Amino acid sequence: MAEEGGRRVLLTGLAGVLAGRLAARLEADEGVDYIAGVDLREPRHDLTRTEFVRADLRSPLVAKVVESTGVDTIVHLAVTATPRRAGGRARMKEHNVIGTMQLFGAGQKAPALRKVVVKSTTAVYGSSYADPALFREDAAPEVANQSGYGKDAADVEGYARAFGRRRGDVTLTILRFANFIGPTVETPLTSYLALPVVPTVLGFDPRLQLCHEDDAVEVLYRSVRGDRGGIYNVAGPGMVYLSQAIRLTGRVPMPVPLPFVNATAGLVRRTGGVDFSPEQLRLLMYGRVGDISRLRDRFGYEPAYSTKEALAAFIASGRAHPVIDRDTVARVERQMVDFLNAEAR
Amino acid sequence: MTQSTDAEIISLDPARRRAREGGGTARCREVVAEGRRCRNHAGPSGYCRVHEPEDADPPPAPTSLDDVAQERREADIDAAIEQALAFLRRRITGEYETDVFGFDRDLTEQVLLPLARPLYRKYWRVRTVGMEHVPAEGGALVVANHSGTLPFDAIMTKVALLDDHPAHRHLRELAADLALRLPFVGPLARKSGSTLAHGDDAHRLLANGELVGVWPEGFKGVGKLYRDRYKLQRFGRGGFVGVALRAQVPIIPVAIVGAEEIYPMLANVRWLARLGGFPYFPITAQFPLLGPLGIVPLPSKWVIDFGEPIDTAQYGPEAADDPMLVFELTDRVRDTIQQMLYRNLTGRRSVFF
Repeated sequence: MAEEGGRRVLLTGLAGVLAGRLAARLEADEGVDYIAGVDLREPRHDLTRTEFVRADLRSPLVAKVVESTGVDTIVHLAVTATPRRAGGRARMKEHNVIGTMQLFGAGQKAPALRKVVVKSTTAVYGSSYADPALFREDAAPEVANQSGYGKDAADVEGYARAFGRRRGDVTLTILRFANFIGPTVETPLTSYLALPVVPTVLGFDPRLQLCHEDDAVEVLYRSVRGDRGGIYNVAGPGMVYLSQAIRLTGRVPMPVPLPFVNATAGLVRRTGGVDFSPEQLRLLMYGRVGDISRLRDRFGYEPAYSTKEALAAFIASGRAHPVIDRDTVARVERQMVDFLNAEAR
Repeated sequence: MTQSTDAEIISLDPARRRAREGGGTARCREVVAEGRRCRNHAGPSGYCRVHEPEDADPPPAPTSLDDVAQERREADIDAAIEQALAFLRRRITGEYETDVFGFDRDLTEQVLLPLARPLYRKYWRVRTVGMEHVPAEGGALVVANHSGTLPFDAIMTKVALLDDHPAHRHLRELAADLALRLPFVGPLARKSGSTLAHGDDAHRLLANGELVGVWPEGFKGVGKLYRDRYKLQRFGRGGFVGVALRAQVPIIPVAIVGAEEIYPMLANVRWLARLGGFPYFPITAQFPLLGPLGIVPLPSKWVIDFGEPIDTAQYGPEAADDPMLVFELTDRVRDTIQQMLYRNLTGRRSVFF
C-alpha cells in the first residue's frame, strides 16, 4: 500500500489484552497518525494517543466514528470467546455476529477504508477424530457442525469475506489464531491449566497448539502495517499433548469418564471460575492443530515462540504455581538411583 | 553402575544392544543447572566425557568369566532401573518431545514396543524376509495385507522395521478414523506414530522422509472371515497409490502370513455390529466361547515378507491425477502382494510351527 500520509486505524474490542498491546505498538509507530478504539469496557492499558470510543458495536455511533474519523484500517478484535464475559451465550452471539454485521455495514460506506484485519480462531475447523493432523487454511469451516465460539467466528469470517467481495479495493486479512497463552493473557485455557487438579476426559489426550501473545500482537501489527491479504493460521510451531501440558505446568491431571464430563465441566464452571463451553470439551477430546506453513511462506513471519515455548512462558509467569515441582521430582529420582546403587554394592 | 572393560557379554537383544550403542537412554549421571540431568550419553563410568570424574575408581577387575557374567547381569538390572526411573521422571515432569502428528518416540521405545516385542519374538516367532528392500532412509510407502480380526499385523510390522531393519526405522501407520476415535486406543495410536489415513497426512509424512505404512484393505481386511483369510479384499480406491506418486516415493509391497490365524473369525454378527457402531462384530474360535479368555490370540507362526519396491519416479508426480494409471498400479500392488502371500503359504510347514 502506498504510504500517503500516516495511517488511521480503528480497533474494536479495545479493552482486550491483545487490542491494548496492539494499540500501544501502533502508538509507538510514527507511521500511524490516528488510533481509535471501540469497546464497552474501559481499557486498562497505558495508552496516550488512542481515542477511546465507549460504544456497543451494534450502535449507530460506530458508523459515525468510522465515517467522521476517516480511518483507512479496521482491526476487528471484538469477537468474544467466552459466554460469561459477554453475559450469556445469547448475548455473546448477538454481540459477535450482529456487531460484526454492523461494523462491516459501516465499513462499506467508508471510502477511505483500504484494509480490514479480522481476528478469528482455529476453532472454525472444529475438533474431530476424522480430521487430518494439521488443518490447512483452505479446509472449509464446517459451520453446520459448529457451536459457540467456533460458529460465531465462522459467521464473522463469512461476513468479512462477503465484505471483501463487495469492496475489492480493501485488503482483507483473516487471522486464525490458536489458543492464546503467555505471561499476561487470560483465556479459559490459562485458567483451566491454573486449576490445582485439572479434569481431563478419560481415555483421550488431545493435541493442542498454542499461540504466544507476543506473536499474536506482532502478526496483528504486521497485518496493519504490511499488505498481506488472505487467511492465515497463526500459532507456535509444534504441538503439546494436553497430558504433557498439565505435567509441564506441574498440575495433577484428573481423568473423568465421559458420562460425567458434562457434570464436571458444570462444577468447574461454577466453582473453579473456568468458563469452559461445550464445544471446548470436544477440543479436550480430539484437539486441533493448524498448519502454519502459509504464515511462514506467504505472510513471511516465523513465530518467536513454539507451542511449547509459549506454554513455558505462561508457566514462568507463575500464575499456575506447580503442585508437582520438577526439581523435587529430579531430586527424588537421584536419591532413588543413589539408594539403589548403594544397595547393589 | 559398574561395568567391566576387560571382557563383556554382549546381549543379542536388539533393544539392549541399541541402548548400549547409544540409541537408548543411558544418560550421563551428572546433574547440571536447574536440577536437570546432563543429556549426554554415558560412558562406562555412568558419566559422559564432559562430566567424567577424574578420580573415578577403576572398576574392580573381574576374576572369572562367571563373575563377568554376574556383574554384567547386575549392571544390566541397574541400567534398566535407572532408565525406568529417568523415563518416569520425564513422564511426571512432561519433558519429552513429540512431533506435530503426536508421535511420542520416548513412550513408543520405552513402553509400547517392549510390550509388543515378546509377542513378536516369542509368541508369533516372526521371521522377516526381504528387509533389504526397505530403504535405510527417505520416504517409502509400505503396503501390506490386513487380517486377523484385531490389527496385530500392523503392530508386528512396526516391531519388525524397528528391531530387524539395519536402520531401525519407525513405521508411521495410517489409521482409520474409527480407530482414532476410540478412547485409549486413539491416543495410543497417535503416540506410537499413527495418523489419519488422509492424503494430507500421508503426503506430509512421506515428504518428511518417513516410512509410512498402509493397509488398504482396511476394516474389510481385518474383519475378513476365516474361510477368506488369504484372499485380499478390494484395495480401497487406490488413494495410497496417488499419495506415493505425488510424493514420488517407492511402494514396498508386503505380505504378512500368520496374522490370519490369530483369531479365526467364523462369523460376523452384522446386526450387533450395526447396533454398537462397530465395523464388524466377530465370532471367533475363542470369542465369545471362552469369555474374556477369548482375547488370547492363537500362537501361529508368522512371516513378514518385504517385496521388491515398485518405483513411482518414472511416472512423475502429475501421474497422481491419471485415474487409469492409479487403478493399474493399485491392481499391480494388490496382485504382487497376493502372489507373495501364496508363495509364502506354499513354503509353510504348519500354521503353528
